[in-house]
Amino acid sequence: MNFEFSDDQKMIQDQARGFLAEHSPLSRVREVLERESLGDNSYDRDVWKGLLELGWAGVAIPEEYGGLGMGYLELCVIAEELGRSLAAVPFSSSVYLAAEAILLAGTDVQKKQWLPKVASGEVIASLACAESQGGISVPGPSTSASSTGLLTGNKRPVCDGAIADLLVVSAINANGTVAWYLVTADANGVGREPLQCIDPSRSMASLSFDHTPAEPMLARNNSNALHAELMDRAAVLFAFEQVGGAQACLDMAREYTTQRYAFGRPIGSFQALKHKMADMFVAIELARSNAYYGAWALSSSSSSLTEAAAVARISATDAYYECSKENMQAHGGMGYTWELDCHLYYRRAQYLASLLGRQAYWKDRLIEEVA
Amino acid sequence: MDFNDSPEQAEFRQKVIAWLDENVDKKASLSTGGMESEQALIEARAWQNKIFDAGWACQTWPKEYGGRGASAIEQVIWSQEVSKYPTRDGFFAIGIGNCGPAIMLYGSEDQKRKLLPRMARADDIWCQMFSEPGAGSDVAGLKTRAEKQGDKWIVNGQKIWTSQAQYADYGVLLTRTDPSLAKHKGLTMFFLDMKQPGVEVRPIKQADGGQAFNEVFFTDVEIPDEQRLGDVNGGWGVALTVLMNERLAIAGVAPNGWPEYWDMIRELQLDGRPALEDAEVRRKTAEWYVKNAGLKNAQARMLSAVAKGGIPGAEASLGKLVGAPMCQDISRYALDLFAQSGACTEEQLSIMNGQFQKAYLYAPGLRVAGGTDEVMRNIIAEQVLGLPPDVRIDKGVPFNEIQAGNQGGK
Ligand SMILES: Cc1cc2nc3c(=O)[nH]c(=O)nc-3n(C[C@H](O)[C@H](O)[C@H](O)COP(=O)(O)OP(=O)(O)OC[C@H]3O[C@@H](n4cnc5c(N)ncnc54)[C@H](O)[C@@H]3O)c2cc1C
Repeated sequence: MNFEFSDDQKMIQDQARGFLAEHSPLSRVREVLERESLGDNSYDRDVWKGLLELGWAGVAIPEEYGGLGMGYLELCVIAEELGRSLAAVPFSSSVYLAAEAILLAGTDVQKKQWLPKVASGEVIASLACAESQGGISVPGPSTSASSTGLLTGNKRPVCDGAIADLLVVSAINANGTVAWYLVTADANGVGREPLQCIDPSRSMASLSFDHTPAEPMLARNNSNALHAELMDRAAVLFAFEQVGGAQACLDMAREYTTQRYAFGRPIGSFQALKHKMADMFVAIELARSNAYYGAWALSSSSSSLTEAAAVARISATDAYYECSKENMQAHGGMGYTWELDCHLYYRRAQYLASLLGRQAYWKDRLIEEVA
Repeated sequence: MDFNDSPEQAEFRQKVIAWLDENVDKKASLSTGGMESEQALIEARAWQNKIFDAGWACQTWPKEYGGRGASAIEQVIWSQEVSKYPTRDGFFAIGIGNCGPAIMLYGSEDQKRKLLPRMARADDIWCQMFSEPGAGSDVAGLKTRAEKQGDKWIVNGQKIWTSQAQYADYGVLLTRTDPSLAKHKGLTMFFLDMKQPGVEVRPIKQADGGQAFNEVFFTDVEIPDEQRLGDVNGGWGVALTVLMNERLAIAGVAPNGWPEYWDMIRELQLDGRPALEDAEVRRKTAEWYVKNAGLKNAQARMLSAVAKGGIPGAEASLGKLVGAPMCQDISRYALDLFAQSGACTEEQLSIMNGQFQKAYLYAPGLRVAGGTDEVMRNIIAEQVLGLPPDVRIDKGVPFNEIQAGNQGGK
């Protein structure tokens, strides 16, 4: 057993951390967060451009499709750093969701056409599955596709939907089965409306399709299985972002409570806060270890991916909530100000939690898989 | 013991219900964060005027001070009934709940006759200025200085987190009058006119985007000695009275997210079926139902004791300690149930106008305002259970020799 990232992978992680610390400090994240209107500058173009130049978007995309073909372990360590830095970029939509969807269900022609562009960043892609309350976990879309491949319906919320050039859209086809379609955002009949997001450093939109030309992707007999497979992959990558964010919260709480005095002593000397931070640490370590297991399962195409993804997802989601809220609490009144960065993590925690569906979905999936 | 109203209480409750039914705008949306705008203040004031004229405001206060000398139990019945409606009283809660009792106990007869009825009618808004940048949980570590000059006091310093200071006409202010004494010993309480020269209020933007609390700066502010509440260097005792009343005030109304959740969960559909048909949702909902019931029933017990003339004890900490984290967890659970749409904060597109998204964002403030969760636990442990106190390294040390606040240059 060697349950550790390699030296090369750690080097990639160090580089990622260095790049983000220099180019995407929280002051940059705030520029997006505090933008005047939803429409403009909904991501940090410079950071996005910089990380594309470093090849991050294509790290796990095979070389034959224009990526670096390194693998998922490399993508996982980058994800952790993106999570820690809160970088305001459409990475999760384009890379964890859309690129993975194309890898899973694209025809060879589609892969050759789109993956190089996603890898280079020429194209920002996103996944449009959710329909208002239904959520991603319920593939029962009301969006329909005609036999001639025209899509009609609404998707909401779609992360980065207002800036995406390419969309993977779920719809019911003429045979009554759910399938995925590729749609370019400039196609006929596409409407987009930006939406306020609980984490305004990220953007989301409501999309409408009205007889929009769409290309069907490869169908499976069981479209639920296809969707679930995509969610498993994304869950591992999301878990690394969540762990990175949770760790940043703990670091912040530790630093603040060491230098803040009350009752004549550092507040970090109160056992109430020590235990709070010890609990944060434990939650992160469990989540991180589960995320490692997920990374291994994903990178080795293991048959335990479903189990591994679910444990990583559930523990990372809970850990990030716990750490982001208790970090605010440890900062007292300061933690509840806009000026301090605590709420940025608390907002991102909920954003990442919401995107891959309910905790109940993952719990059910886990037990169905292992029991 | 009887959980039900006595015949007189039942009759009184019917009167309250009938009046509320006729006078409340039921379509107004309930928003706990709704204290940001001038418009909200105008509405709140109109409402408070109305309940004052009808005799429901500050019912337990003596007639000559704006109340009607009613029993505490009638006040409780009123509070229970009015809490079922989306009314705005946030602007006045601190004045009526905390500052009023301090004036009542320590003000002169003239001051009481002049100030209290105006407070009850919401002619004046009051704020409470205890916390400072370096003194929140450890509020006795405050530094704002008041120095005697003839028959007045000169105040210099800074307060922070003062709710409603931007609207306030008056404030209750805790100051340090003798830094050479131990920290609890050298404090003195005053009230002052917030509109006077030398008082500068700067709003602070909150994590949820709202703006209900402030920094307040004092530069050579003059306060006449008549506006001192309690003895010179006796301010800590006065502060404890105010804080005790605050705990009671908060315990009664501490939002815990339950009423909104209960309304929502009975309507919510998950995967095309009523959410309450889902076993996990049922059990989770039952857990919160039980917690909410415990809070309501504990409150009823506490209020029964208060109605018999007791004073609210440290047990009152319980309402906030349970309610605030519950509000946070309920809102997070609701957002989880909404799946992806939980991340969208568009009011028109969200379930119940995005109340749960809002609650998720303001709940962290509830866990800090009026004493943090951790401080509430310390109070229960030390004052209710009588456990040995924490080692106090600053005990008996002259105030000017104690380290306080942020030391990291941040
Ligand atoms: C929404 C809101 C409204 C407010 N309104 C007012 C107002 O109108 N007037 C007013 O005067 N103040 C007001 N406050 C201030 C509030 O009372 C203080 O923020 C609170 O008491 C905490 O103090 P602090 O912010 O200095 O945090 P700190 O005291 O620095 O606390 C930081 C952390 O240390 C912990 N801690 C501190 N001491 C101990 C201990 N002994 N044992 C264990 N843990 C400890 C705390 O629990 C917290 O987690 C308001 C605060 C908020 C958030």
